[in-house]
Amino acid sequence: MSDAATSKTTAPPRRSLMQTLEIDTRLLGMIGAFLAICLVFNFYTDGRFLSARNIFNLTIQTVSVAIMATGMVFVIVTRHIDLSVGALLAFCSAIMAMLQARWLPGLGLELGSPLIAPLAIVAGLATGAIIGCFNGWLIGYQAIPAFIVTLGGFLVWRFAAWYLTSGQTIGPLDQTVLLFGGSEGILGETWSWIVGGLLAALSVLAIYAARRNKVRHDFPVKPAWAEAVMAALAAGSILGFTWLLNSYDIPRGKLRRMFEAQGQELPDGFTTGHGLPISVLILIGVAITMTVVARKTRLGRYIFATGGNPDAAELSGINTRKLTVKVFAIMGTLCALSALVAQARLQNHANDIGTLDELRVIAAAVIGGTALSGGSGTIYGAILGALIMQSITSGMGMVGVDAPLQNIVVGSVLVFAVWIDQVYRKRMGVK
Amino acid sequence: MSDTTGTPLVEMKDIRIAFGGVQAVDGVSINLHAGEVVGLLGHNGAGKSTLIKILSGAYQMDSGEIRINGEKATITSPRDARDYNIETIYQTLALADNLDAPANLFLGRELVTPLGFVDDDKMEAETRKIMARLNPNFKKIKEPVSALSGGQRQSVAIARAVYFNAQILIMDEPTAALGVHETKMVADLIQELKAQGLGIFLISHDTREMLELCDRVSVMKNGQLVGTERVEDVTEDDILSMIILGKNPREAA
Repeated sequence: MSDAATSKTTAPPRRSLMQTLEIDTRLLGMIGAFLAICLVFNFYTDGRFLSARNIFNLTIQTVSVAIMATGMVFVIVTRHIDLSVGALLAFCSAIMAMLQARWLPGLGLELGSPLIAPLAIVAGLATGAIIGCFNGWLIGYQAIPAFIVTLGGFLVWRFAAWYLTSGQTIGPLDQTVLLFGGSEGILGETWSWIVGGLLAALSVLAIYAARRNKVRHDFPVKPAWAEAVMAALAAGSILGFTWLLNSYDIPRGKLRRMFEAQGQELPDGFTTGHGLPISVLILIGVAITMTVVARKTRLGRYIFATGGNPDAAELSGINTRKLTVKVFAIMGTLCALSALVAQARLQNHANDIGTLDELRVIAAAVIGGTALSGGSGTIYGAILGALIMQSITSGMGMVGVDAPLQNIVVGSVLVFAVWIDQVYRKRMGVK
Repeated sequence: MSDTTGTPLVEMKDIRIAFGGVQAVDGVSINLHAGEVVGLLGHNGAGKSTLIKILSGAYQMDSGEIRINGEKATITSPRDARDYNIETIYQTLALADNLDAPANLFLGRELVTPLGFVDDDKMEAETRKIMARLNPNFKKIKEPVSALSGGQRQSVAIARAVYFNAQILIMDEPTAALGVHETKMVADLIQELKAQGLGIFLISHDTREMLELCDRVSVMKNGQLVGTERVEDVTEDDILSMIILGKNPREAA
């Protein structure tokens, strides 16, 4: 209590606006870079880049890589790497596609049976989790470097998928599965507002609850207006995003098909917006869950402690081997979830699904501030990193940059982003 | 003065451990009573830290026996050692540099809310309490410990050992990285904990400091115990010759 008394008597040092708001300057820099990228492309595409339609597409294209990037944060934080995520995605996708199109119908389930989707999804997720566990066991208990285990896996799982499907493209996929892809599975305007409103309310509530908890323990809190600004920003961006996706009208041809599917005729002049895609809700769910795991659970605490100092973690009684298994199991499960989203978006399983995703996922995590030396990284950073990567790729596509140049630019951006980060860390004196 | 006649708090008997053909600890027996400070002295590589890491669960002995309060103890991991109320302050401090003081203090033993989530606020409050006692100048509660000075990091490591009501405390070079003032603070703390009835194993290179702080000193050389003496009975020169020559002058006499 003497602490509180002394800190009150000494005049608080002058604090900048950013310090008062307690915004991470690094995050701010990334958002700034992202907005700059958007504005530049928007200028060169005469406003098409920031149209509701393109933002919708950009969002659903980002989901698959972003989901895996959240898992990659944990992997890299514990000083490992996973080079096999794209291959693992392909394998899980092959399992799910074969179940939907070949195996389950072969067992007597009719195509279109309501059982197919849940069975295929559960089997896919289990496959991802089991392979992840196996990788984690090789790395944690057998002490084979993660680089080698997943480099091997990179070949093994992609070609296991090829072997499984005999190299064929597998389709058509189950109608329910397609709902997870993006444009086929949308909430519509009303439900989007309900979900968006709930999420906005939740974010405000979370900020309020955190403040109340601090006050209860007599910890210093930032001024009430600063909390209000943060709450308004959070709620505002969620509602703004919802509004934007709601304002992207469903094309007339697709609307007509939707009405015909229900045996109705499309009324003249009827329009409605897409709203939030289910895949984006999955990403939001993953992001919230992974953030809670990282910050509020023992598992998350141990992941970061092990990344910061593996010896200290072990001496503190943390079973770092088991921890490795858990981290890779999470990564594997998220690969399977991404496989579901990716195959549903592409509407079939093809051999090349998820090709180069390992590089995109690692790049997203690293651009998002995850240090390869371990011990630091954020979930929201990785998602923002995935969004930045996807924006650059699809923006260049819209501007009409040649394909080879696109990849050259993406590669350079990765190196440049990490260099900027190094300079920033040096300046700010953070390790 | 501590009572050294009853059942010892810790008895380590005929402890052996080898690393790839090197006998790091070779048949060493030492004991520790409640309210007593036993110092371990010896050159680098004499086996002091290895011996103590067997007690703290970091290494597993090849043969030998550990008794705690007279009962045979099985210590195969740091967690086991903690269950016997053995706390260790390692020479390297064993802190996760990227985490703040409360996260380090409670590492492996986090306080959780009824829902099973880590209770950061509670841990911060507890850290502020113990720090107010150990090191009142400590203010950087929420900063990663990499941002702290050597002395502050040391106080985090000490707080971690003291907070959980250790019965047996192992301190491996606790003052090596400290200034004069902070060294004094650690010395005061050792006296205070001793008065509370803890048994303390202290490792240090500073012979004079050891003679001030310890009740008994054990000297090791090349993995073997040279001898254990009460500090009243020996001079600094005796200790030095034990460390350097590996001979106990009192036995020779």
